[in-house]
Amino acid sequence: MKMSKMKTEDEVTAAVAGARGPLAVRGGGTRSVGRPVVGEVLDVSGLSGVTLYEPGALTLVAQAGTPVAEIEKTLAAENQRLAFEPYDLTGLLGKSGTSTIGGVVATNASGPRRIMAGAARDFALGVRFVDGAGQVIKNGGRVMKNVTGYDLVKLMCGSWGTLGVLTEVSLKVLPGVEAVTTLVIDGLDPVRAVDAMSRALASPFEVSGAAWTGGQAWLRLEGFESSVAYRAGELKSLLSSFGDIVETDADWRIVRDAVPLHGAEAVWRISVKPSDGPAVIASLPEGCDAMMDWGGGLIWAGLSGGDIAAAHTGVQATVAGLGGHATMIKGPEAVRTAVPVFQPEAPGVAALSASLRQRFDPKGILNPGLMAA
Amino acid sequence: MEMPVPDSDVLARKARVVERLRDVLPGDAVIDDPSETRAYECDALTAYRCPPMVAVLPSTTAEVSDVLRICHDEGVPVVPRGSGTSLAGGALPTADCVILGVARMNDVLETDYDNRIIRVQTGRTNLSVTGAVEADGFFYAPDPSSQLACAIAGNIAMNSGGAHCLKYGVTTNNLMGVTLVQMDGTVVEIGGGHLDAGGLDLLGVICGSEGQLGVVTEATLRILHKPEGARPVLMGFDSAEVAGACVADIIKAGVLPVAIEFMDKMLIEVCEDFAKADYPMCSALLIVEVEGADAEIDVQLALIMDIAKRHNPVALRESASADESARIWAGRKAAFSAIGRISDYMCLDGTIPVSELPYVLRRIGEMSDKYGLPVGNVFHAGDGNMHPLICYDANKPGDLELCEEFGAEVLKLCVEVGGCLTGEHGVGIEKRDLMTHQYAPADLEAQMAVKDVFDTKWLLNPAKVFPLAVSEPRRATKFAAE
Repeated sequence: MKMSKMKTEDEVTAAVAGARGPLAVRGGGTRSVGRPVVGEVLDVSGLSGVTLYEPGALTLVAQAGTPVAEIEKTLAAENQRLAFEPYDLTGLLGKSGTSTIGGVVATNASGPRRIMAGAARDFALGVRFVDGAGQVIKNGGRVMKNVTGYDLVKLMCGSWGTLGVLTEVSLKVLPGVEAVTTLVIDGLDPVRAVDAMSRALASPFEVSGAAWTGGQAWLRLEGFESSVAYRAGELKSLLSSFGDIVETDADWRIVRDAVPLHGAEAVWRISVKPSDGPAVIASLPEGCDAMMDWGGGLIWAGLSGGDIAAAHTGVQATVAGLGGHATMIKGPEAVRTAVPVFQPEAPGVAALSASLRQRFDPKGILNPGLMAA
Repeated sequence: MEMPVPDSDVLARKARVVERLRDVLPGDAVIDDPSETRAYECDALTAYRCPPMVAVLPSTTAEVSDVLRICHDEGVPVVPRGSGTSLAGGALPTADCVILGVARMNDVLETDYDNRIIRVQTGRTNLSVTGAVEADGFFYAPDPSSQLACAIAGNIAMNSGGAHCLKYGVTTNNLMGVTLVQMDGTVVEIGGGHLDAGGLDLLGVICGSEGQLGVVTEATLRILHKPEGARPVLMGFDSAEVAGACVADIIKAGVLPVAIEFMDKMLIEVCEDFAKADYPMCSALLIVEVEGADAEIDVQLALIMDIAKRHNPVALRESASADESARIWAGRKAAFSAIGRISDYMCLDGTIPVSELPYVLRRIGEMSDKYGLPVGNVFHAGDGNMHPLICYDANKPGDLELCEEFGAEVLKLCVEVGGCLTGEHGVGIEKRDLMTHQYAPADLEAQMAVKDVFDTKWLLNPAKVFPLAVSEPRRATKFAAE
């Protein structure tokens, strides 16, 4: 497959404007998700570097190809961080690349803290991108509150490069924390676990992570030392009926990156109402492993062997009935080519999405078919 | 403010349009008598008025769909209206339009504490959403100053913010799903009780689209448990520069207050007069509020007060009681009405990078001298969202125009220093003609392409957001389409 490595926005513009066929847009190459795109690889990882960082204003601007690790290091030096906790798929997908901030924004990649702090889409303040006609478009800016015109920033977040090629993003960042603790309750089935997590999330104690893995519910508290200690105490008494509660320094990357499912042949990421989480897990085919994040609202499910395409169809049908969406994050290329990897939208919504793609990418060359055929 | 020439062809068909609307709505839901349509002639940007051709007050999503389908057929522009509290003219009618008010749709459809969501009809007011859940300890976070009156429909259309959004975000960060009626009457459900979109984030672009993409009739909103407590501290400084430096130091220290509000001397005086909150008389006042249990508040405020002391405050006072806290906020939240008692005013809403604050305030002061119009400043200091209030005399010929010119110069300055024209009020008609200062033609074209998709004939609130000359070719096509 032919590959062109871009170093500047001008080069991206020229490459898109001059493209004669489909382009597979790529940052660090760590997210080979969706229907495989057959086309010339447009590598934007050369557009790299933090261009502005104002810790006192909680804002950072970076070129889209900047490695997430570099941004996190820059922020850590000022005791700040990306509060939406972007996940890293390299382990799950067996990739050796470097996750880029453009990839994070384009896929709206958010981790456990999403339930409290918000998603990547909530922290994206501005974008520059090249649309399918090769024009540079900017939207939003670098200030935290901005309602000037339509919010195309959110439209770009989670569009997986199908509406435009991101060249620059500006982000809201947040202060880091002094202390972190995790309360663990063992021996809970999904129903009891969601019950416990809902109780915790409906409290005033600002739970920044609520997950279920290996039969354990994990509840994370962050903040100033004395505040964390106080809230841990309060939560323990609130949840005492669910069993023994142990405080640990759990590694939340296990939840964020779905580590227990790394060996699975196919992995789904499913978003539903938290109270529907247990029903989704109960409906999974025999042999599926599952874990929950977002208090039950995010289910990661993994399967090895068996009829993966049939399992996929079943998962999406269940989710369609409940309201929500299921995406096959990992799966054999043959299956991903044959099935709708992203949850099919209701006809009215699908028509709007198709028209938007047609307007932003009239030639149909940006990651065509990746999200919807 | 220039508005499009009313379409004489539409005006000539008024009787037929009214008759068709009466076919689908109860009699009292179609208002066409000029003495009654006058009630809808303006929103909170009262300098501009124009009675609509007809006003309708549907009670259900199906009725909204019928109204829009008929107007789509007839080529009649529709201006959606929540409670009419827009400060940007978002609900200003045109003489040839149908005003679609959602005020009769104000039911709570579902409260779900396990999933921390509430589903409401969008005519419901912002504060009454919290009202529906507060007995159970919950609240809806976005809190625009007009929250007693403003409707969720308008909050969604303008992506409204509020004083507490530094911690909780604005409407778009708390909106999980909508029922949207498109201009041709099609009803679509977007989002719901789950987080984030499975496909394109249409919800994100609908929120803040100023009623130009569809009419939102129902919304799923995120609710949160109330914090155990909250306490503000007042800080007075000799200069805006010092206050700005203090804000930056607080944020850099890793504390995230729930709100940081700034007032200048003029606003301190009028708000104090109004609310009797015992504000210190000085050049720059900060209200910094933190939340949590008492012990947590103590720790955070101790840190914040230490930082403040390093900046030599002329006043530094923690609220000592719930009553005092309420008065401190009453003063700030009444800023617009307090200044309204002494003068006509125009409220601006630009956002700037917080580091540019002292420079921008100095320039605004210079402009105030140049134009001979007094200005007061109140704003959300944590996020750089400014609200300069320019005073003028509506009865003095030429004063409004002078004020508009002054306002435009301030907003251009906001863009120049890296900010934007509007942080939470929306573009409406007020900032419409300044859009070319923030966006290049291709940027505006991309936004208008979104409207093309949702509203092919450009009938929904068509004369807003985009400069008239820029949107003209598209608005003209509604006739070609017939």
